[in-house]
Amino acid sequence: MPEPVILLDDLTKEFPADPPVRALSAIDLRVERSDYVAIVGPSGSGKSTLLNMLGLLDRPTSGGYRLDGIETTTLKDSARTTVRGSRIGFVFQSFHLLPHRSVLENVMLAEVYGRGSRRGRRERALRALERVRLSHRVGFLPGRMSGGERQRAAIARALMGEPALLLCDEPTGNLDSRNTHAVLDLFDELRAQGLTIVVITHENEVSERAARRVRITDGTLAEE
Amino acid sequence: MHPRDLLNEAMAGLLARPVRSVLTTLGTVLGITTLVVTLGVAATAGNQIVGRFDELTATSVTVEVPENPFPLVDWADVGRVTRLRGVVSAAALAESDQSANLSVRSNDVVDPTRVTDQTLTVVASSPGLPAAVKGRMVEGRYFDAGHIARGDRVVVLGRHAADMLGITRLERAPAVFIGTQAYTVIGVLGDLKREKSLASAVMLPPAVGKRYGLGTVTRVLVNTGLGAAELIARQAPAALSPGNEALLQVISPSSPTRARDAVEGDVNALFLILGLVSLVVGAVGIANVTLVTVMERIAEIGLRRALGAARRHIAAQFLLESTLTGLTGGVVGASVGIVVVVAVCAAKQWTPVLDVRLAVMAPAAGAVVGLLAGLYPALRAARMEPVNALR
Repeated sequence: MPEPVILLDDLTKEFPADPPVRALSAIDLRVERSDYVAIVGPSGSGKSTLLNMLGLLDRPTSGGYRLDGIETTTLKDSARTTVRGSRIGFVFQSFHLLPHRSVLENVMLAEVYGRGSRRGRRERALRALERVRLSHRVGFLPGRMSGGERQRAAIARALMGEPALLLCDEPTGNLDSRNTHAVLDLFDELRAQGLTIVVITHENEVSERAARRVRITDGTLAEE
Repeated sequence: MHPRDLLNEAMAGLLARPVRSVLTTLGTVLGITTLVVTLGVAATAGNQIVGRFDELTATSVTVEVPENPFPLVDWADVGRVTRLRGVVSAAALAESDQSANLSVRSNDVVDPTRVTDQTLTVVASSPGLPAAVKGRMVEGRYFDAGHIARGDRVVVLGRHAADMLGITRLERAPAVFIGTQAYTVIGVLGDLKREKSLASAVMLPPAVGKRYGLGTVTRVLVNTGLGAAELIARQAPAALSPGNEALLQVISPSSPTRARDAVEGDVNALFLILGLVSLVVGAVGIANVTLVTVMERIAEIGLRRALGAARRHIAAQFLLESTLTGLTGGVVGASVGIVVVVAVCAAKQWTPVLDVRLAVMAPAAGAVVGLLAGLYPALRAARMEPVNALR
């Protein structure tokens, strides 16, 4: 049996306060390859904290987190950064595209910090843009594109380097319904191509499209 | 991370806000310009000032011959000095207390309405005197070896002395009386650059001068080529009086390098401080703007961390951005500074003196300023936690 992409084991995160705030309490989660999981819950339920844990942006207080077979909780800062850069593709609510760089440059940025060679980077970026059907916007600045196009450019950037996990934080939060559909269709396609997708959202429309829904309430997870 | 990617990212960061980047470099430009102009103009001016008194003093060597039981320097010995390499002209001179105030008049007529007797200094000299004092014969000619050999009773008057005696023309071979002895005036010497007191003196051939206690050489005037003064000052005594050179006193110009240092020291101190202050202000400017930029680009830093950038990558990018800012300021400042130095020289008709090291070091100094200024902002950017940066 292959290693799951995500394996959370008793993962707990406390924030120092008096008394300590327990944002995640002893969470267990298993996400297999090609899974499409939506994590839903009201604001303040610990969604963002869980995203930060899954994205290796923050360290848990206790418990284990194996990403793609690598135990990440014991890694040093620099090693975690390398794993983050190579295994996880991030998609943010606010896109996080650099406004002064063209779409192509924004996508190519994903490989700047990797170990890979510079040779062929442009071709790989063009291929990633093709996958999100944005080949006609290659030279555009992000400011001149619609929200949906921007989010697709951000997804193309996340796809660079073939990540094990596509981690999406409210990916449709800034989009109208038509663009939301386009992005969700794209997720379906990507999943069909074998990509593992975790979407954190509070929108029903988004979570209903996912194969699996996990609800988070007061720091605990429950399958739906 | 590939170095070229780092450079790309830093350049893109700077070019994203071109106006701000240009304004940020301004402080460094001002500082480096001030430094380059200060050092450049000081070096140039120092050279000019030295060059100016070079023409007169830096080539003049005087050898004083003290009184001695036997003559230390003979009249003919001057020829040996003239043969030294670097000597342009030389002449021997005899002066004595006895001849310093002699009564000289131009005719024997007793005219109660006029003062006909003038008290003048009488000196004896070798024939090369006009060249040695850098003067010219206003009238007539100077006596030569022939006059001396024959013991001709001739004199040459200094221009001022001729005026006082009322001698303006030599066609009729006017005579002057020194005491009761008559002498024919064969020339008037004027426009002296050295030993200007000789303008009001009466010059005699040494053979005649003996009568007035002017038999032995008391002074030798030497003019050298530029830069040869120091060498000639050492060689002349030996050439004049072999074996007795220690008895002769040499008066030579101070070494030109020392003069230059003194001039530079004065001019530089103040402006150097000014330039350094501007540099510090420039550095503070860069630090300030880079810090603001870091705060503005928190989201970008978060994104880069999410894409796998380590802390050192973030630090390196901001450091490189501030260093490039400083370097640009240094290059522009050095260029402007050199143009200003050349312009000043053109206006003053000086020869610009440019130290190549200065032209190379100035941009480097700008880069170092930028690097130092970027340290703190880069550290702040690197310390940022990705969670907080992405929030």
